[in-house]
Amino acid sequence: MIYDDLQPSTARRTLTASARLLGKLRLDGPLLLAICATAVFGLVILYSASGENLALTRGQFLRMILGLIMLVLLAQASPKYLRMSAPWIYALGIVLLVIVAVIGDIGKGAQRWLDLGLLRFQPSEIMKLAVPMACAWFLHERPLPPDLKVVLVLGLLVLFPVGLIAEQPDLGTALLIAASGLLVVLLAGLRLRVIIGVLALLPALAWVGWGMLHDYQRKRVLTFLTPESDPLGAGYHIIQSQIALGSGGVFGKGWMNGSQAQLEFLPERSTDFIFAVAGEEFGLIGLMLLLGLYLFIIGRGMYLAMQCQDTFSRLVAGSISLTFFVYVIVNAGMVSGLLPVVGVPLPLVSYGGTSMVTLMAGFGILMSLHSHRKLVGS
Amino acid sequence: MFLRRTIAAGVIMALLIGAVLVKLVQLQIVRHDYYFDLSQGNRVRVEPVPPNRGLILDRNGVVLAENLPAYQLELTREQVPDIDATLQTLVSLKLVEADDVDRLKRLIRSRPLFEAVPIRLQLTDEEVARFAVRRFDIPGVDIRTRLTRHYPYGAIAVHALGYVSAISEQDLAHIDASQYAGTTLIGKVGVESSYEQELHGAPGFRQILVNAQGRPIPVDPSNPLQADLQTKTAVSGNDLILSIDLRAQRAAEEALAGRRGAVIAIDPSNGDVIAFASLPGFDPNAFARGLSRTDYAALETNIDRPLFNRVLRGAYPPGSTIKPVMALAGLDYDAIDPTQVRYCRGFFTLPGSSRRYRDWKPEGHGWVNMQEAVAQSCDTYFYAVAQTLGIDRLSAFLTKFGLGQRTGIDIDGEKPGLVPTREWKQKTFRDPERTWFPGDTVILGIGQGYMLATPLQLAHVASVIAAHGSTFQPRLVTAVRNAHTGEVRKLPTHASATVDADEPARWQRVVDAMVAVMSSAHGTARATAAGAAYQMAGKTGTAQVFSVGQNEKYNEKEVEERMRDHALFISFAPADAPRIAVAVLVENGGHGASVAAPVARKVMDAYLLPPETPKPDAPKPEAPKT
Repeated sequence: MIYDDLQPSTARRTLTASARLLGKLRLDGPLLLAICATAVFGLVILYSASGENLALTRGQFLRMILGLIMLVLLAQASPKYLRMSAPWIYALGIVLLVIVAVIGDIGKGAQRWLDLGLLRFQPSEIMKLAVPMACAWFLHERPLPPDLKVVLVLGLLVLFPVGLIAEQPDLGTALLIAASGLLVVLLAGLRLRVIIGVLALLPALAWVGWGMLHDYQRKRVLTFLTPESDPLGAGYHIIQSQIALGSGGVFGKGWMNGSQAQLEFLPERSTDFIFAVAGEEFGLIGLMLLLGLYLFIIGRGMYLAMQCQDTFSRLVAGSISLTFFVYVIVNAGMVSGLLPVVGVPLPLVSYGGTSMVTLMAGFGILMSLHSHRKLVGS
Repeated sequence: MFLRRTIAAGVIMALLIGAVLVKLVQLQIVRHDYYFDLSQGNRVRVEPVPPNRGLILDRNGVVLAENLPAYQLELTREQVPDIDATLQTLVSLKLVEADDVDRLKRLIRSRPLFEAVPIRLQLTDEEVARFAVRRFDIPGVDIRTRLTRHYPYGAIAVHALGYVSAISEQDLAHIDASQYAGTTLIGKVGVESSYEQELHGAPGFRQILVNAQGRPIPVDPSNPLQADLQTKTAVSGNDLILSIDLRAQRAAEEALAGRRGAVIAIDPSNGDVIAFASLPGFDPNAFARGLSRTDYAALETNIDRPLFNRVLRGAYPPGSTIKPVMALAGLDYDAIDPTQVRYCRGFFTLPGSSRRYRDWKPEGHGWVNMQEAVAQSCDTYFYAVAQTLGIDRLSAFLTKFGLGQRTGIDIDGEKPGLVPTREWKQKTFRDPERTWFPGDTVILGIGQGYMLATPLQLAHVASVIAAHGSTFQPRLVTAVRNAHTGEVRKLPTHASATVDADEPARWQRVVDAMVAVMSSAHGTARATAAGAAYQMAGKTGTAQVFSVGQNEKYNEKEVEERMRDHALFISFAPADAPRIAVAVLVENGGHGASVAAPVARKVMDAYLLPPETPKPDAPKPEAPKT
């Protein structure tokens, strides 16, 4: 009897204690748990995908820790402070992007990195968070849904950095940032008429743009859309990744047993195409587990966003969650051959530090926005 | 509102995830067996189909560079279990040199996994047989018949044409690798390199099915895997039509045979290069075949420097060949009265100095006017002209003639030569004691001292004088021909700024003086023009390789061959309506008149006169080495 009584009470006590701790740290338990689970699963896949490269996996683990620290720190920031600083962060990001563009012009090559001696980072990473925050800041305390003038200003706010980044050229990141800004506008409640109007205009715009392109540029676009026509370049990636996914079957070939990945047929196996490694080694089951984790993160993020009380918080939180979805769907779509090959990493799993840290920072902001809300009635 | 949007977003997300899941189910369940087979070894291999490289033709359509089939050894990394062991096996079969193993390994690693990397070009029949015996022990390595570059005339015009050779890691850094998939060779120097974009073309590809060893499976329509194999044809590179005239080119190389030197002939009316010879040369076919390290080292360390392009990169003192330009400068600045005679006593001294600047003729030329001074190559006359003009005006005038800067010929690697100035000397020596001395100006008058010019620049000078100041950038390629349609696209000539000496009559005076070199009683090169069917204009020159002290005399025979003076000659013909301007440099040749001038005459004869016997010009090309 005594033991029966004691057992659940200890468990309960541990649970309440950790809940209290999480609350104090202004963190969201389920979201944090899912993020950590995904990142750990990612490390397992990466260890195999990198050809059992322990140093590389350890590096990714350290970045994950760094990301978690960022997450916890940002969760402490007050939403008001985040909102006030949004335009400044945005302006700083623009300045850095311009600097990078100028240096790139001088160096005559693709330039994404800014070297600050000790620190090397891509200003475009800042923009991944700065753009949705700046858009939400602009919409805050404006009547919703926004009128056309406001939408046009927002369009400029988004397109300027996107253009700079696309010039670098880093199409994948440009696309993600454009999506994050667009999602803010959509969540703010763009009128259905406008959405339909823009959708209707798209083919016309594409047709005009097509006419303005040079022959060789058209060819490039066509190759981009149909990689099969270029099996020596982009098409090779797709062919090999489909073989990897398809040969994995339902249950997969087992951890570190994927021949496509281990024999290096699969290009960029530890970065953009790591989804194919997961599919080859863990099969459809493994992918469903991974996608399930992602969907939980997104769903929890949206749930937290809905509970936010002011426009800024809701828009930023919503945009962060939905942009995360865009990451997942673009990467999974490109690896499985549904979408053209754009350099978008699989979030929390692909090797590469900056994206991991930025994602974690985003979730930190999301948690801050949610946990600092004033509870009704208290 | 936010809630509604959220729900809408949820629905859209569900649809998109659904689409990915459907695709995954299709890949991983429905077509699992197909992909599993592919991953198990029955794989589609994409095989690039390299384009045919454009031909290079001379101005009369004679083929100077073409493509012939040859056997080459190729290695595909994704099918080789152990690269080191495989290369060692090839070394033991004497198909690869042990010295080349490291280079090959780096090269193989730098290309994509699935690509067949050529490791030996142009195998002999015996080597093919040696490999065939062991073929099945060496997976991933195979022999392929590929078109390779062949130069039917061997070393002729090699420094103009350049050569192709295996694509190196350095090349890969600046080319689009996918455009070179399946291509073995790339232009390295000369026309082959500078016109690489025109010559290369665009590759095609075909998909083939290979077995687990990577060997192609024969075409079998009943094999379902072969159903959707694709192909795309390659686009051949463009043919290039050169301004080179093979007959003049051969005349130049034959006349220079056995010596070190350069001959370059230019059409003064448009800058077209008629002959471009730098000797000794080398056989470009050896590069296309693939030189081993030792063979290359032998070429590189050869004392005669066969790889050195003397026309473009050899910088020599122009010697007396600069005198026509000096004469023109004197006329242009009104420092010379062409009819006035001056006395040459065999040396020149600066006012207030006892240092003697000697004439090549110790007893002096006596009374000479400008034309006689050029014709007899009187040094003291031009010492005085240079001293009167001063270094600033001299260097400005020489620069106007394109000296001290690249002529802009359409192949890479040209050296700018040097026209000295006060600033240049100060910058170079960084010594306040060593400013520009009056003596530096004096010897510049006869093209000695600091001044340097390439043979190409000297031909350019001759061509500018011949055209009375009209200046064209020299060019080797005059037209581009589409290999598929035969359509010929003429390239534009590039006129640079015209050198203007105020009165046209001044040009004529200089031309007359150069005619006098060839035909007057005391002309230094009168022997060369004897019996010519056209009138030549020219100027001889001798460039000192080492300097002689004040009161020493030197005996040419005692000086070792490589310390002898360089012989120079610039000329054009016919004098009244020039069609060809020639510059000749013979390293350590001694005198310009006796050694260099006859070479120019032979080139002009070959270009200006009809062929002696109307036999077909093209010799039988040497048999391709396979």
